[in-house]
Amino acid sequence: MKKKTRSFFNWILLAGSTIIVCLFLGIILFDIFSKGLSSITWNFISALPSDGMTKGGIFPAIIGTILLTFITTLFAVPFGVACAVYLNEYARPSVLTNIIRASIRNLAGIPSIIYGLFGLALFVQAFKLGTSVLSAGLTLGLLSLPYIITTTEEALKRIPNSMREATLALGATQFETIKDVVLPKALPGILTGVILTLSRAAGETAPILFTGVAFYINGLSTSINQEFMALPYHLYMLSTQHQSIEQVRPLAYGTASVLILLVFMFNIIAFYIRFKHRSQD
Amino acid sequence: MDEIKLSAHALNLYFGNKKILKNINIDFPKNQVTSLIGPSGCGKSTLLRSFNRMHDLSPDARIEGTLKLDELDIYDQKNSVTEIRKRIGMVFQKPNPLPKTIYENLSYALNIHKFPKNEIPQLVESALKESYLWEEVKDELKKPAVKLSGGQQQRLCIARTVVLRPEVILMDEPCSALDPISSHKIEELIMILKKNYTIVIVTHNMQQAQRISDKVGFMYLGELVEFDTADNIFKNPANELTKNYVGGHFG
Amino acid sequence: MSIKKREKTDWVLKQLFKATGLVTIGLLGGIFIMLIYNSIAFFANISPIDFFTGAQWDPGSAKGNYSILPLLASTGLVALGSMLIAVPLGIFTAAFLSEFAPSKLQAVLKPIIEMLAAIPSVAIGFLGIVLVGPGIAKIFGIQNGLNALNGSILLAVMALPTIVTISEDAINAVPKSYREASLALGANKWETLFKVTLPAALPGLIAAVMLGLGRALGETMTVLMATGNASAIPRGFLDSVRTITATIAIEMGEVPYRTTHYFALFAIAAVLFLITLSINLLGEFFANRLRKFHA
Repeated sequence: MKKKTRSFFNWILLAGSTIIVCLFLGIILFDIFSKGLSSITWNFISALPSDGMTKGGIFPAIIGTILLTFITTLFAVPFGVACAVYLNEYARPSVLTNIIRASIRNLAGIPSIIYGLFGLALFVQAFKLGTSVLSAGLTLGLLSLPYIITTTEEALKRIPNSMREATLALGATQFETIKDVVLPKALPGILTGVILTLSRAAGETAPILFTGVAFYINGLSTSINQEFMALPYHLYMLSTQHQSIEQVRPLAYGTASVLILLVFMFNIIAFYIRFKHRSQD
Repeated sequence: MDEIKLSAHALNLYFGNKKILKNINIDFPKNQVTSLIGPSGCGKSTLLRSFNRMHDLSPDARIEGTLKLDELDIYDQKNSVTEIRKRIGMVFQKPNPLPKTIYENLSYALNIHKFPKNEIPQLVESALKESYLWEEVKDELKKPAVKLSGGQQQRLCIARTVVLRPEVILMDEPCSALDPISSHKIEELIMILKKNYTIVIVTHNMQQAQRISDKVGFMYLGELVEFDTADNIFKNPANELTKNYVGGHFG
Repeated sequence: MSIKKREKTDWVLKQLFKATGLVTIGLLGGIFIMLIYNSIAFFANISPIDFFTGAQWDPGSAKGNYSILPLLASTGLVALGSMLIAVPLGIFTAAFLSEFAPSKLQAVLKPIIEMLAAIPSVAIGFLGIVLVGPGIAKIFGIQNGLNALNGSILLAVMALPTIVTISEDAINAVPKSYREASLALGANKWETLFKVTLPAALPGLIAAVMLGLGRALGETMTVLMATGNASAIPRGFLDSVRTITATIAIEMGEVPYRTTHYFALFAIAAVLFLITLSINLLGEFFANRLRKFHA
């Protein structure tokens, strides 16, 4: 009898914990979507903010986030893939590769606000790019680099050596083997990792705080050397910095919904690629 | 005396601290089929793969000794590994077609080695004919190569090697993953190919070695125990170990 | 000759790829040097003794008080609270997932955990303001729910996916034979879990906690939005606090370039960097122990 009670208690402990973790997600999504989805209208998506940002839409913030993510991609993906190719395809285990791998692991653990400081010192001040979407995109690129390298390397590791041997034995150089066989085969895996990393980058706020994000921009800026609005910062601003916080709460909920939907969209694309690729094997 | 095409002299090979090949001396005669036989783990595949420098991929492999293609030193850093692999083709244990179409599997090597564009279709066709695959695939050259059956894939891999007109073809248990009918086709193919190519084949199958080989090397625990004509190895082996192995007493 | 040219291309690209590897070392080094360089400029004006022992962070005052203690205490308190919530929840969830959940349930639960990891920190901070804060105020009968407890709850949510995922890997890495041996000796599945499987996975569980803790310590937006931002040494979880990250986020945008205050923010960032670095290294140490143990 006593044993039975203990066992029951243990069940509650484990299953209960799992239920609580699931509830966290449920509460987050329910609260934000139940109050935010009704704010999402075509006007909200496509209009500029108006009346001191108490009315209107979030179009500049959406454009800003897309432009920002685009710059991050252009910078971090080639760089990260090249580094992963070096580590997995060219390099033999050595002191140097151990140091590179240790650097990558530690870079992944650095708080994002410190990347913000580094972006400020390097891009804004030293490279004189100013506070701009370019500086912010490059900063987010640095932040994304370790994740892109790690996920790409994992994708490359899954390619069996027999694929590489096939072309090498025909007298292809290592680069030709990488370009013609390894990368095309690893592409779905690389893509999945890249998209998940970018979805994280798109939701980041701390690294862009000092490198170019703006409270409000008059009109719509798509120039890469200008400040920009971004969805996460817009949400932060609407919920803490605005002079009439209660009045703009529906806008804040709407912005949060759009941000989460955007991030989930990225994730769904990534899962789709992973799923489709798995079912092909 | 046979003309020597490929040779190893005083070859030692290590993986890390483990010595896998011990003082191997072997000469492969031109335009003949030489089989390497021996129990699993005896180093026959390792020996085969050292001739086209496939061990370059393994970070902990270390090689001592001299390997030669004609008079060319295979491991001399001055010589191009790309060039050597173009001259020494290889067919692997498991068919490994490129993730491309049937046609591209053959044209790939021709393209990277910059063969004239207008000659490529002709070269692809003749290599497929030479590998007795043409009739089966001529209407579906644009199909992904992985859609072929295992036996067809392996013949495609042979065609892919033959298309470059190498001087030597190394075959690492090419039939072990195939059914008997496919194996038989490949054996026939090997007999025809040896007119033009020097073939070294690693096999587990005694009957196969007996059917196709001119010469046979028996390896045991990283050493070349006996190297002689196929007739002598199978009918009149000099070494007790060889006798037991070909007699089916172990391995 | 064509082959020479192709091999040359291969060599050049190899060097190029290698250079990207060197850049990652340079990036870590660059961040380190930036922090140290600006910290030295700070300590030229303010003594390290004041920095580490003073009681106030008040750069605006006439004298300029730059003590990291209130910020460090805030950071530590919020992170500690988050771990008190997330560690048991995370490890029990991981145990449920790997030992008891049927594969169909796993297929539902794993995406839920990945979705939780995908929610942007600013959205979680927002919920701290509109949902968790008012909830805390109501339950404890206080004016304002923006305090350390709020931050701890939110950071727990953010650290959970990391802790669950890595703990689950650690539990899965325990050889099946351990469990079978325990069950064969007559232990039931609970005794097996708590006395054999979890202890065997301990190094991996510690690694999971360390990585979750690193994430909680370094998180900016949620604590910035939900903890009230009062830079005094907190007396309890119901006090408003201000972490190192939040301080940098608030003040960096306003300080004049290359003033003592500006350098001070790099100095506190350097302290944060060293803390998270050591925690990550510690986590890695334990993760390696698990690997060696099972190899």
